[in-house]
Amino acid sequence: MARNTPSTTRPGPIWENEMKLKTILMTTALAGVAFGAQAQEVTVMSWGGAYTKSQVEAYQKPFTAETGIAVNSVDSDNPAIPIKAQVEAGNVTVDVAVVELADAIRLCDEGLLVEIDATTLPDAPDGTPATEDFLPGTLTDCMVGTDVFSTVFVYDNSKLTGDAAPKTIADFFDPEGFPGKRGMRKTAKANLEMALMADGVAPADVYDMLETEEGVDRAFAMFDKIKADIIWWEAGAQPPQLLGDGEVQMTTAYNGRIFDATVSEGQPFQIVWDGQVYEFEGMVIPRGAPNMDNALEFIKFATSTGPQAAASEWISYGPPRQSSSAIVGVYQGDGTTEMAPNLPTSEVNLKLALSSSFEFWADREAELNERLNAWLAQ
Amino acid sequence: MADLTTSIDVGTAARLTTADGKPLKAALASAESHARRRAFLLVAPLLAFVLFTFVMPIGQMLHQSVYNPGFTIHEDVISKQQTPIMVNLRDWFGANPAGTEPDEAAFAALAADFLVLDDLRAAGSAGTRVNYDLSGARSLFTKTVRNADDLEPPYRQAILDVDDDWADPELWAAMRGASTAYTVNFYLAAIDLTRDVNGEIASVPENRSLYVKLFVRTLILSLLITFLTFLLAFPVAHLLATLPLRYSNLLMIFVLLPFWTSLLVRTTSWIVMLQSQGMVNDVLVAGGVLDDGNRIQMMYNQTGTIIAMTHILLPFMILPLYSVMRTIRPVYVRAARSLGATSWTAFRRIYFPQTVPGIGAGALLVFILAVGYYITPALVGGADGQLISNLIAFHMTKSLNWSLAAALASILLGGILLLYWLYDRLIGIDNLKLG
Repeated sequence: MARNTPSTTRPGPIWENEMKLKTILMTTALAGVAFGAQAQEVTVMSWGGAYTKSQVEAYQKPFTAETGIAVNSVDSDNPAIPIKAQVEAGNVTVDVAVVELADAIRLCDEGLLVEIDATTLPDAPDGTPATEDFLPGTLTDCMVGTDVFSTVFVYDNSKLTGDAAPKTIADFFDPEGFPGKRGMRKTAKANLEMALMADGVAPADVYDMLETEEGVDRAFAMFDKIKADIIWWEAGAQPPQLLGDGEVQMTTAYNGRIFDATVSEGQPFQIVWDGQVYEFEGMVIPRGAPNMDNALEFIKFATSTGPQAAASEWISYGPPRQSSSAIVGVYQGDGTTEMAPNLPTSEVNLKLALSSSFEFWADREAELNERLNAWLAQ
Repeated sequence: MADLTTSIDVGTAARLTTADGKPLKAALASAESHARRRAFLLVAPLLAFVLFTFVMPIGQMLHQSVYNPGFTIHEDVISKQQTPIMVNLRDWFGANPAGTEPDEAAFAALAADFLVLDDLRAAGSAGTRVNYDLSGARSLFTKTVRNADDLEPPYRQAILDVDDDWADPELWAAMRGASTAYTVNFYLAAIDLTRDVNGEIASVPENRSLYVKLFVRTLILSLLITFLTFLLAFPVAHLLATLPLRYSNLLMIFVLLPFWTSLLVRTTSWIVMLQSQGMVNDVLVAGGVLDDGNRIQMMYNQTGTIIAMTHILLPFMILPLYSVMRTIRPVYVRAARSLGATSWTAFRRIYFPQTVPGIGAGALLVFILAVGYYITPALVGGADGQLISNLIAFHMTKSLNWSLAAALASILLGGILLLYWLYDRLIGIDNLKLG
């Protein structure tokens, strides 16, 4: 966000004065503490469970080993909520938080986050600058992307084999060639994009086209083709269930859920990555973080090529760095499953893929959902 | 008590005193007000509870449905300080009637307001308010405000250079609509109406009109479910009320057990039963009734919603009916029969009228629960089985357009109150009997 210095006598942003005061106070306080011991630390807030575990193993342990800076790992149901509360209360205890893109943009717009200059992030091993190595959209003013999850479509490969098995997103919207029920999430998001890609629109043109009435009509015309066959789901746990019960022949789903169902439960599900729509999460620094320098250092380390690849060996979320995708190994949970085919960001899975546009959906989600619901009620 | 005091002749009352010499009337009044105070203290906790958890939230919701200050006041997230925004533009709107072509003065006002939005970092929230009426406005605001410092006169050209969507008359109409915090526009949106560029009320395009259809569907499905629960519950309640105690207790367990089971468990159980690869279809196919290719679709549509909701709401009909039927003495029906009535006449003219208070209570309970039902239609409703509550939830949790959600909810509340009033007029609320 390039902001020129105000030319008029408008007051500067509120936080500037506060920051100065806080810096003075902080330095004074730190001087007192530092007298005792030079305790270097950084506090990282994440989402808990397998997700936090992947970050502890891939980012935090190696970071401490390399720098000697201790990492405190804390969890929250959604870190965006506590860090907002902390910044507003002026009592920030978290240095780095992992949040969803939409929250990162919203908090950044509200002035609650520190802006991070993407050009200072480490280059890929082959010298590619970070700004080119990261997938488009995964770097924003205040957030550095850490993982990519995706809406894909999936079928049961014990039932659909050979020519009967769908291979492209166009097959999902082809009821003659691939008969049977299809599961779709009851929302406009991701479905409209998939419909247009199935109709042959290049990913780069999808959102431009959806901004026009004709583009939306074109996507709904694709829905019309399979309207009678669609079973609508609402919760992320439903699609593996629908597919496992044989209720649908194929369904859209979140890739992490499908990975769990195949690896942990041994379900014969096959993901079709063609036409996937991916979204991401990333790290942010709240304003007034107590260990600002360590926070920045931690983010630079965690989002470098090696740790990014390591994290994807613990959970089926892809690294946003292209240089990381190339070197991901096997799933650390069982030691045998190759992770690369299971990640949204692997080169082979990105052939026809689209980065979900936050801006587009912030503008149009309500309108397009009304349209979808009106279409359903017809 | 009032009768007692007035019936005492005034002249006599003045002379009557208590043992310690106080006039009787004053002593009585003080004793009464003491009792009233004690009674009030006893109900005060409940009153406070109801005020805080019921009356206030509903009042707040009603207020929110006509009040949205997103385009008029910005509240700082840290200091909670409120700053008026879009002041210049609102002045311009005040000076010029709806439908006026925005001139250079209008764009200059806009540019001045953008500087304030930039300082306050309020472009996102102000744009979001306009976005409720015109999709795309949010990003238009954030994008333009980001360049607010570079805007130079002539402002019209400068702003159109950033994005020529600023010339769109619909955008100006939407901004005018948002420029007053108090508005009925959310109610218009909730019944598929909108305002055109001249501020006149118009209907939304056919492919976006949705809410009236869903209100009607919610009403029809709820009435149907109420009727179905009545049909199923009446014989069961009768059986419960007339069987010997040891059998009826066992039967009662069968009614109460599902009542105590989690709603989600019951909903998912119905999915297992009714889906096309489910138990019912499997049995029909195994029995040769159905061909494997022609399984009946009973789940993820209106049928699924009706079946699951009827079952889930059944106890709310059985229990009031049962408690009323228990009190009906069998001698009346026997007397009718002995006077020559057929069993049908005795049922129709003697037994049934006595159950009406129970039917009324059960029907009202089931209907009111059904119109607000959310999770069951969300899980089993599919394309044509969802209700207005699903859209209210969408606007509460996803689009964050709380004003529209509040308007939809208020209409639902108003509709229920209207039906309640009708019920009172037709049957009489005094006839309601829960036990």
